[in-house]
Amino acid sequence: MSSTEQTSPTGDPGGPVADPPADPTPGAAADAAVARILEATVRPAVGAPRGVVVDSPPGAGKSTLVVRAARELVAAGERLMIVAQTNGQVDDLVDRLAAKAPDLTIGRLHAADARPGPEVLRHANVTPSDKVAELAELDVVISTSAKWQWVRTEQPWRHAIVDEAYQMRSDALLAVARLFERALFVGDPGQLDPFTVVGTEQWAGLSYDPSGSAVVTLLAHNPQIRPHRLPVSWRLPASAAPLISGAFYPFTPFRSGTGPGDRQLTAAVRPDGSALDAAIDRAAEHGWALLELPARHTVRTDPQAVAAVAATVRRLLDRGLTAHSEQGSTPLTADRVAVGTAHRDQAAAVRAALTKVGVPVDGAAGPAVTVDTANRLQGREYDVTVVLHPLSGRPDATAFHLETGRLCVLASRHRHACIVVARAGIAELLDEHPATEPVQLGVPVAFPDGWEANHRVLHHLSGHRVRLGRS
Amino acid sequence: MSLLTTLARLEAVRGGRAEPLATVRHRHLSERPMVLVPLTSAGEDGAPLAVLLGTDRDAPVLHIVPQPLNRTLRSEFLADLAADLLPYLESFGDEVELVEGSEKDPETGAKSPVVRELCADAPQLVVPNTGGVRHLALLGRSTRFRRTAEDEDPGPFPAPARVPLLGRWLTHLAERSAVPGSSLLLPMTGLLARHWATGQSHLEDQHLAALLAWHAPPEGQTGAEAAERAETERNAEGRLVRPPAGPTTDPVFDTKVLAPAIARYDAAAAALREAEGPGGGDVAAARQAVRVSVDRLRAVLRAELLPAWHDVWHGLDLLRALPPAGHLAERWTGDRWSYTGHRDRLAAGEPPQPRVDDAVTAARKLAQREREQTRLDVQEALDDPLAMAEHRLSGEAFSGVVTEVVPDYDTTGRSPKPRPLVTVRTGDRPHADPGREVHRVRAAPGPEAGPAPAAQKAVIAAVDPEEGTVTVRVLSGMGRKKEPEPGSLPEPGERVTFTLFELTVRQAAPLPDPDDTPWTHGGPPGAVVTVLPAVTGTDSGTDTRTDARTDTGTGTAEDWE
Amino acid sequence: MNVSTNAPLRGPAEPLAQRLAELRGPAPQRSLNARALAALAANPGCHRRAVLDAAGVDKTALAARLGRPAPFGRSPLALARGVVFEARLKENGYAALLEPLRSRLGPAGEDGPLLVPDLLRSSGPAVRADRTAAALAEAAAEEHAWTLLDHPLLRLDVAGSTAYLEPDAVVVHGGRCTVVEIKSFPVLDGTADPGKVGAAARQAAVYVLALQEAAAALAGRAVDPDPYAEQRLPGSPRTTVLLVCPEDFGSRPTAVPVDVRRELATTRRQLSRMTGIERLLAVLPPGADFDLSPDADGAPVRSTEELEKTVGTVPAAYSPDCLSTCELGFHCRAQARCGDRVEQLGRGVRGELGSIRTVGEALAVARTGPVGDSGISSGEDSEDDDGDGSGADEAAARLAYAAALRAEALGRPHPAGPEGGR
Repeated sequence: MSSTEQTSPTGDPGGPVADPPADPTPGAAADAAVARILEATVRPAVGAPRGVVVDSPPGAGKSTLVVRAARELVAAGERLMIVAQTNGQVDDLVDRLAAKAPDLTIGRLHAADARPGPEVLRHANVTPSDKVAELAELDVVISTSAKWQWVRTEQPWRHAIVDEAYQMRSDALLAVARLFERALFVGDPGQLDPFTVVGTEQWAGLSYDPSGSAVVTLLAHNPQIRPHRLPVSWRLPASAAPLISGAFYPFTPFRSGTGPGDRQLTAAVRPDGSALDAAIDRAAEHGWALLELPARHTVRTDPQAVAAVAATVRRLLDRGLTAHSEQGSTPLTADRVAVGTAHRDQAAAVRAALTKVGVPVDGAAGPAVTVDTANRLQGREYDVTVVLHPLSGRPDATAFHLETGRLCVLASRHRHACIVVARAGIAELLDEHPATEPVQLGVPVAFPDGWEANHRVLHHLSGHRVRLGRS
Repeated sequence: MSLLTTLARLEAVRGGRAEPLATVRHRHLSERPMVLVPLTSAGEDGAPLAVLLGTDRDAPVLHIVPQPLNRTLRSEFLADLAADLLPYLESFGDEVELVEGSEKDPETGAKSPVVRELCADAPQLVVPNTGGVRHLALLGRSTRFRRTAEDEDPGPFPAPARVPLLGRWLTHLAERSAVPGSSLLLPMTGLLARHWATGQSHLEDQHLAALLAWHAPPEGQTGAEAAERAETERNAEGRLVRPPAGPTTDPVFDTKVLAPAIARYDAAAAALREAEGPGGGDVAAARQAVRVSVDRLRAVLRAELLPAWHDVWHGLDLLRALPPAGHLAERWTGDRWSYTGHRDRLAAGEPPQPRVDDAVTAARKLAQREREQTRLDVQEALDDPLAMAEHRLSGEAFSGVVTEVVPDYDTTGRSPKPRPLVTVRTGDRPHADPGREVHRVRAAPGPEAGPAPAAQKAVIAAVDPEEGTVTVRVLSGMGRKKEPEPGSLPEPGERVTFTLFELTVRQAAPLPDPDDTPWTHGGPPGAVVTVLPAVTGTDSGTDTRTDARTDTGTGTAEDWE
Repeated sequence: MNVSTNAPLRGPAEPLAQRLAELRGPAPQRSLNARALAALAANPGCHRRAVLDAAGVDKTALAARLGRPAPFGRSPLALARGVVFEARLKENGYAALLEPLRSRLGPAGEDGPLLVPDLLRSSGPAVRADRTAAALAEAAAEEHAWTLLDHPLLRLDVAGSTAYLEPDAVVVHGGRCTVVEIKSFPVLDGTADPGKVGAAARQAAVYVLALQEAAAALAGRAVDPDPYAEQRLPGSPRTTVLLVCPEDFGSRPTAVPVDVRRELATTRRQLSRMTGIERLLAVLPPGADFDLSPDADGAPVRSTEELEKTVGTVPAAYSPDCLSTCELGFHCRAQARCGDRVEQLGRGVRGELGSIRTVGEALAVARTGPVGDSGISSGEDSEDDDGDGSGADEAAARLAYAAALRAEALGRPHPAGPEGGR
């Protein structure tokens, strides 16, 4: 997990731009933050840094901000390029921007062998092409950083927006930075770090470590940039924001945009007395449930845990749940439910188990439950999530399974409730985990530590435990 | 560790002997490798103590530093090392082949043909373990900036003339060793661990003698017993029978043998200084005493190094018994390009590699390593069914027998194109969702294979787990006609393998010139070094940050075309 | 059980201390030295190590008695080099040490004289620790002074008994103190061996913890339960320590800051767990101990067999890392091998094997696969089969499949070839 928080022996943590001292309503606080960001982006002061960085916790309105910034920049007469990290993110963003700003002309630059999705092609104001020259005159051109790296242009853009900037690697920014003069970088520092499979030790501690996060490099070289922060999560309910903020954003807290009771889940079908229904009811009431299976060391695709996940989803759909929120009341359909796992084979096993119990998992064939790994769930939002805990059944915890960002992504995708399925024994596993991490000089310590964050989340969940034993 | 490796280790535990992890040899082995077994002085990483080296297993050459903290003696050692190593390294520079390529004009983008030299062969250094690689890198770092008597300002401690050159070569070789699949500088423990599994952990495999013990345990002993003996057996003096293969020494050896021998040398050297001083004395006798003390040090260090020396050659014997993998020559060509490139930079009088990479160079090296890692993974899978088995087990490939080939056509275009359906019966369970792209493995593994047939892409059309069949729709590699070229499709009954990963390696995107480093990365290098912890001056180095050019070629021709 | 991260350390528990002393026999108590702390960090879940360390048993001597002596030793050359480096730092009134420290710790211009109080180094530990506490309080009261505590002695309450810790140095300035660790490994071009820096950071974190406890006690407060909180009391330690190392290839010192908040949090929770030692002692039969002393006739009080038996009653969590961190590593490895346990291959191995714990069991299922299964299970029937079988079956099926693939690639026979079982 990237952290820009850093201390020197003499100094204190250099925090982001301070919020106003008063305690306005969430809406007012968020509006003020957005106004400051837009001002800095669209009407930068003379001599202002060339970059604006925005830290956005889960569901804090990052996409809305990007859309607004794009509209205002274009309205100010600028051509704009937008960089996102995956084709999925680009298509999402194009879809949203095209819908919210039908007056904008949008170019979707794609690779020759990767056509954009149907959600992009349905908009009249979107032009797809694999040649940037065909899009050069449009208001906005959007592509992945991988594709932008290949773009040659005589005429750089004045403005760029870099989305999911914390997931972008420093070397990718190095390759695309020539394309723009100024840029707005938005991202969530609490999500998964970029990574590589080859050795990079020789660059550890360098501000421009090519395998590090683009934002870390940018801030190291442009110390005058002070990150802005979106202070309110509109996604996470009041039951989740304090936990996620405390466990994963200890130095940059945020709050929920909604209060206790603003979000409710009601069931049309009464509980049948099973542990599954108890867990669903617990999650409906408190926002969290821990469905705990008996302690056992298992393989990753623990059949019982996978079956418990599938059965929970089945019951969620069978019980006729309705999600009540500030946006109105909507039935909890399959497309509003996601299952998150740590590994791809676990996701595959859950998909197979869901298919077996008749739950649709193929989005192309109608509303379906999303089943994916933390990596692929980044930036996504659902009403209810069911999470197979990354440490469930493991005989050993590894750095991968303890990675803070992984748990953070899994535990922060929901608007209403999150049900975590796990084997008992994770607390003991954490306690027995060796602490022999090497330390690289000059590399800022990433906070929070995976161990602490895991323990904190687990401690909270243990207050909402439902045991799934032999029945 | 993958389950297949775990299984091989389990089998090794049960059988008491090493188990194969490869059916072919995946690293190039030179016909004339240079073996080096280095030792450092305890507590001082950069201080060399001794090295045993050579290309003849029966005639290792020993160099030592009688007093590792003495700068002059260290310089003499480095000069001796350079005198042995440089002729070997340079001997590959003369015989070249000419390779035609093209060069792009940076202004116009127009390509023009060029002919470049490529050295016909390249040197290969083999050290016992990864500690040995790190030690050579450290030696390179400590010597490449040294000033010599030939410099305009030689400084108070000029190094022997060829020492900085040695440093630049060692730096280059150590850098290259970070490139996956490269073979200019190799640690023997890593080589053995790639090709065989022992019944112990990776950690224990770092001990070369223990690792080898699993290959040939003495009669009546298991590999575990033989390995434990290699780790712990001590002679009557309490010294290890199989000393660690460096670069650090056994503390008991230091205590009982080395420290007293160095003390004797120090005393003899002091006596000589006194004899040569104003007080006078028997200089000849004092010289003789120094010689005796040095000979004693040489004898004990040689004895301490010889077991590891023989172990490295034993390891080479084991590896040479494996047939070479099909893509070895291609990857070795990359090493030859790397060697040739360094030769050319030296000839062009370029300055030594900088202490720290600039942003663009670091990014370029990372891209190269990632590309070579991908290439290595693909090539190993193509060359070795055991490597392909890893991908089959993880659902990234499947092998089976063709049961049916049904012709079909894409009629959406002006003329129909062949899009036949191929059904494969397989026990594998690929992560093959319908629509996912797959690639047919067509090159027969083995060095004798002819030119590989055209790449063939397909997509998953249907998966039937009950029947154990996967049906794919073939999209390419069938020629340009309405019907597939004869022989371009597999026949029913034929054994085929498809992978879910691409079999070719994508090129890395272009990066700016270092002089065009953007503002996000601090602008062009040279002005300021931004290393997060403060770095103050260098000991003896000249800061050469303004020139940041380093080896960036994988060295295959495609990289400079 | 849900262990609280930040449980306060317990006060002296007399019966426990008594029992631990009995376990040790008449030998002097081994202190919680750097090696013991490293072993704790590397394997916090090992009951055997926990019991032996809590009782202060001389594990080096114990390992020798058990027939597999610890391979650890320090070269006299390395020791000499360390001594020389430290001595050089202290020449001319600590001039070489002070320069890098001041550049890190103080604003320019504040270069008053360095005070180096006498810490009574030749006295007993209790006197030294009291003297250190007094010197620290005095120095903290002098905002502008620079005070260097050279080898102070700190107290830390661990599992009910007092451990004494001796940092290389503590610098006090501006009312706060900073732990200084002197190491002889080099900092080269701004980087150093990450393994060694990590070990130094963990070691320094223990000192910071001891200093935090002391500052809190002095102020009559409890230590903040938030593990990342910066304590701001008179004499509080900074959570960034300074590592003083030779720079590049010379012997000129450089001071580099290391943020130890993460290590501090880890150490706190690990030490707090050591109070659970009573539970671990329960497995020992009454009267059993690790007495390594000779009796009146010079014969060992406990025979090797007795020691081996007693050691064997406390379960170990062996992993190959133990070989480089724990004196009993070779003993426990031999036991793991005798027990045919899969841990002998490394921690990571178990993740693939689920509940399979022995080599024999793993190879048996690799040959035959799970009973009644023909290949990879996709988790059928697991919902109503909550017996011990289903989880293991998944691992077994994967192993059998891997074995079939391996046999096919090597041209060896296998009962269930990849196409055979279907």
